[in-house]
Amino acid sequence: MKSDRGDIELAGVCKSFDGATYVVDGVNLKIADGAYCCFIGPSGCGKTTILRMIAGHDDPTAGEIVIGGQNVVGLAPVQRRTAMMFQSYALFPHLTVRENIAFALRVRGQSKSDRLRAADAMIEKVRLTQFADRLPAQLSGGQQQRVALARAAITEPRVLLLDEPLSALDEQLRVQMRQELRRMQQELGITFIHVTHTQLEAIALADLVVVMEQGRIKQAGPARDVYAHPHDRYVAEFMGGQNVLSGRVEKVNGASFTLAQAAPEGIEVPLRPRSAVSVGDKVDIAVRRDDVALVRPGRDLPPGCTTSLPSRVLAIEYQGYFVKVMLDTVPDDEFVAYVPEKTFFADPFAVGDVVMATWATGSALPLA
Amino acid sequence: MQSSQTPPRANLAGWLYVAPLVLVLVPFFVAPILVVLAASFFATDGFGGLTPGFTLASYVEVLHSALTLKLYLATIKFTVLTWIFTLIIGFFVAYFLVFHVRNQLLAIGLFLLCTVPFWTSNIIRMISWIPLLGKEGLINQALLGMGVIRQPLEVLLFSDLAVVIAYVHQLTIFMIVPIFNSMARIDKKLIEAAIDAGASRFDIMRLIVVPMSKSGIALGTIFVVSIVMGDFFVVKVMSGGGSASVVSAFYEDVGVLQYPTAAASAVLLTLVLVAIVSLILRTVDIRQEITR
Repeated sequence: MKSDRGDIELAGVCKSFDGATYVVDGVNLKIADGAYCCFIGPSGCGKTTILRMIAGHDDPTAGEIVIGGQNVVGLAPVQRRTAMMFQSYALFPHLTVRENIAFALRVRGQSKSDRLRAADAMIEKVRLTQFADRLPAQLSGGQQQRVALARAAITEPRVLLLDEPLSALDEQLRVQMRQELRRMQQELGITFIHVTHTQLEAIALADLVVVMEQGRIKQAGPARDVYAHPHDRYVAEFMGGQNVLSGRVEKVNGASFTLAQAAPEGIEVPLRPRSAVSVGDKVDIAVRRDDVALVRPGRDLPPGCTTSLPSRVLAIEYQGYFVKVMLDTVPDDEFVAYVPEKTFFADPFAVGDVVMATWATGSALPLA
Repeated sequence: MQSSQTPPRANLAGWLYVAPLVLVLVPFFVAPILVVLAASFFATDGFGGLTPGFTLASYVEVLHSALTLKLYLATIKFTVLTWIFTLIIGFFVAYFLVFHVRNQLLAIGLFLLCTVPFWTSNIIRMISWIPLLGKEGLINQALLGMGVIRQPLEVLLFSDLAVVIAYVHQLTIFMIVPIFNSMARIDKKLIEAAIDAGASRFDIMRLIVVPMSKSGIALGTIFVVSIVMGDFFVVKVMSGGGSASVVSAFYEDVGVLQYPTAAASAVLLTLVLVAIVSLILRTVDIRQEITR
């Protein structure tokens, strides 16, 4: 409790419940003080276990968890000065909103008048004043979520841990509460660690996005990095918004290489700095769905495009500001173009049409 | 929905739903109670003959008797002692089973183990205390052997202590079951949330587990209180005839053919029990807790 800083360092953290399989397998990560960090991955990838280990509800099998410069392994949550907001909130059903929020102060032995005053201030902060005397069961999902947030924040923790905080809400509320979380985080100025399986949630909120798979970190970085520059096929597919193609390297020419594909001339891909490929390697590349342009056969390609793949339109989904066009460009993988609404309707395609899928050569990204 | 708007068919279906319970309750519960109630107002010739009529003589006799008060005090003493011990033991057994036995199969196994004493009859269970508590029983032998006492303790068997021990032995399961049931429905995440907030074990017990087990405690209390207050057999056997309860008095009355006074005592006891139960139900809204 020496430090008020909420920076976190995970060093070689492992967790196994049965001694044989590792739910968390050697995780190293630094989270800056006051950052909003999102752990994202499919269920069972170990993200919640990491959260619970930081919170002090599970102990790591190996490794160190350092908060504010102090190794906290073995300490109780109170000593760590962390607070957790549980999935489905875990509000005390027999206590009113005010009593729920004041609970942590009550068990810390604060006098009744002090703790109720503090609770009322917090209730105002989360805009629940008129519901202060209700029981949790009498609140809507969004209100319950705010109670849970207030209950966790009242002890002025240096780290707030949120386990799928928005998953119990419906779509519209989720977007609204998302903003509220961000606002609270900025107001409190403390580190938030948020576990989710929704990509949109992670990139909308986080300063630091951590993508996990089977107990390991696949990629960690700012939201834009992870979304626009995924390291590998897993991250690209999980974060979405990318078409992933694979093929063998046909020839390497300076700063780019050519990938053999269905198209006779192959796909030209710029090399990543400081990376090398050799002829015959199997390589995955990613092309953002919104970078793909569709051109009718025989027409000129837009400037900067050297690759064009003949495709048939499989399905079309109208999404409002863009149109999602699904294509059979590559045999095994899904290939989708997000065409701006106005562009699409200037010359609309129909299902079954043959089109050329093309993109600016520079926007193809080789994956590890 | 108003009854006038209820179609006759729905009405019939409603009656059919309650019919089985009514068929059981009317002949086996309502009718006997009415018979006892009627008998309590009848006059008697002192030899078992009843004269139909309406007299409060039996009530006057029961209420005027100093014995009645004494018996109620004795019964309430047994009830309170039994209640306290069954509650403490029952609560902690349930707590252990729900919160400390991680393996659900093991918890169910241990739970069934609690019912083992009930595989044999009440009488055998009481008799089985004799080799343990008796003058030459195990406890006395052990204490004598260790030199703690010189004379065997008489108080162990055929005493109020023995009565309470037998009651607690018999009735703790009635506390365990409902408390276990309400505790099992406490979300384990709530305990974690309390730990996260910095609550100690004792805080969790006091602020979360006890309040959320209230309905189970209330149900168990109703079982224990009504069984102890309505019992005379355990008192008779375990006290060796040295103590009596309210029911043993009217059992005696029935033995000497004083039916109206016995009936009046029974009605009085029923009223007292109804008062106690409704008091319990007023403090804990069992209905709401159960449907929660």
